Amino acid sequence: MADAVVVIDYGMGNLHSVESALHYLGASTTLTNDPDVVARAHRVILPGVGSFRLAMERIRGAHLDTAILELVKRGDHLLGICLGMQLLGSASSEDGETSGLGLIANRVDSFDTRLGMKVPHVGFNTITPTHRDGLFAELPVSPDFYFVHSYRMAVGNIAHPHATCEYGETFLAAFDAGNVQGAQFHPEKSQSNGLQVLRNFVVS
Amino acid sequence: MMQVKKRLIFTLLYHEEQFMLSRNFRLQQVGNIGWLERNYNFRDTALSIDELIILNVERTRDSTETFHAHTRRLNSDCFVPIAAGGGIRTVDDAREMLRAGADKVVINSMLHDDPSMVDRLASEFGRQCLVASVDAKRVDGVLRPFVDNGSRLIDGSLADFLDHIANQPIGELYLNSMDRDGTGQGFDLELLDQLPATLNVPLILAGGAGKPEHFVAALSDPRVDAVATAHLFNFVGNALHMSRQRLLDDGMHLARWDGDRLKSLAGSV
Repeated sequence: MADAVVVIDYGMGNLHSVESALHYLGASTTLTNDPDVVARAHRVILPGVGSFRLAMERIRGAHLDTAILELVKRGDHLLGICLGMQLLGSASSEDGETSGLGLIANRVDSFDTRLGMKVPHVGFNTITPTHRDGLFAELPVSPDFYFVHSYRMAVGNIAHPHATCEYGETFLAAFDAGNVQGAQFHPEKSQSNGLQVLRNFVVS
Repeated sequence: MMQVKKRLIFTLLYHEEQFMLSRNFRLQQVGNIGWLERNYNFRDTALSIDELIILNVERTRDSTETFHAHTRRLNSDCFVPIAAGGGIRTVDDAREMLRAGADKVVINSMLHDDPSMVDRLASEFGRQCLVASVDAKRVDGVLRPFVDNGSRLIDGSLADFLDHIANQPIGELYLNSMDRDGTGQGFDLELLDQLPATLNVPLILAGGAGKPEHFVAALSDPRVDAVATAHLFNFVGNALHMSRQRLLDDGMHLARWDGDRLKSLAGSV
């Protein structure tokens, strides 16, 4: 039996669904906001729905930022989901400029509402992965995932394997930077494709 | 321009620990959650839908805890977004619903009785979290809106009420025909003519689905983003699966996934 997947509980979002999906796969989970538990963990999920600024305040307030950086530096595995992925970026303009954890260089801004798309971007949409291994292993060629968000991470000049999605503009749907991975979509709400992504993380 | 996919939604009507069949808003008990999971094979049903809506149609308030427990359990059975509601009146009601595993809350009477609470819910949880549910019925040949589980007719036309709702901070509109509810005669597409031009949120059309052709007809209308059925018997067995396949075969812009793959992922790590 592998170690439990640590799911960080910092009061932002529907953690029950993430845990349910992991349990379905056969993984055990530990829900915590204890930075010592996070810092020692081998596999950590940072979920989240809500405001970037509030999330970073809570993470810093609970000293979870240093714990996350410590586990990543050691080479253990981190997956950010939805807002959790955005928090791994350099900064966001949501609720005023706020620095992120800086684990990848990309920044987060609002969808451009002048493009005429309904915001938030809600529903199943298709992603285009650059690779077919790692986080994207065993997925169909153009897999569909469930999204719900008003801010999006820019593709920038990301060198890591990643996936993009089109919604009026092209944005970063997921990335696989080795032991740091992120998904803007909700794998726990995306049927077989989502469960496959979670499995890819758990067995990575 | 790339749009999100259209959706096929299943709605469960909950009442005193039972799941219900509704015909023109008259309820008939069908089975409890054990029945739903075993005989109805809910896990398989969940593989054919894009979203689940669970409505507590009970009119007493002391049923909330058991409703939350049922929501939590259904959440473990399916890997799609869940919207849940029935009796949501306050920020705390909504928060508890979300804690019980819902991704969105369904609101109804509040849209008419307490619009300022809609503003508060939107600022607390975001408008994408709010599904505005409207029940409509013809009264003397004119479409009118109802609240309180279809028990209370409110003033004005359906078009006026929808216009009022389109100006509230909601994420989606769930428009249900009481005339067609549970009849299997097909969706009431005339409801769509009452929608204001200013509506800029996805529309879910409900009430009347009896066969796959009904989903095709409704989803072919550009105003319809999603179709919902609450009929536990019209789509029993693999009927929802067949409906979804039919929609995909007809070129509907629906999400694709692999139900067999999802089953094989169970316990795979």
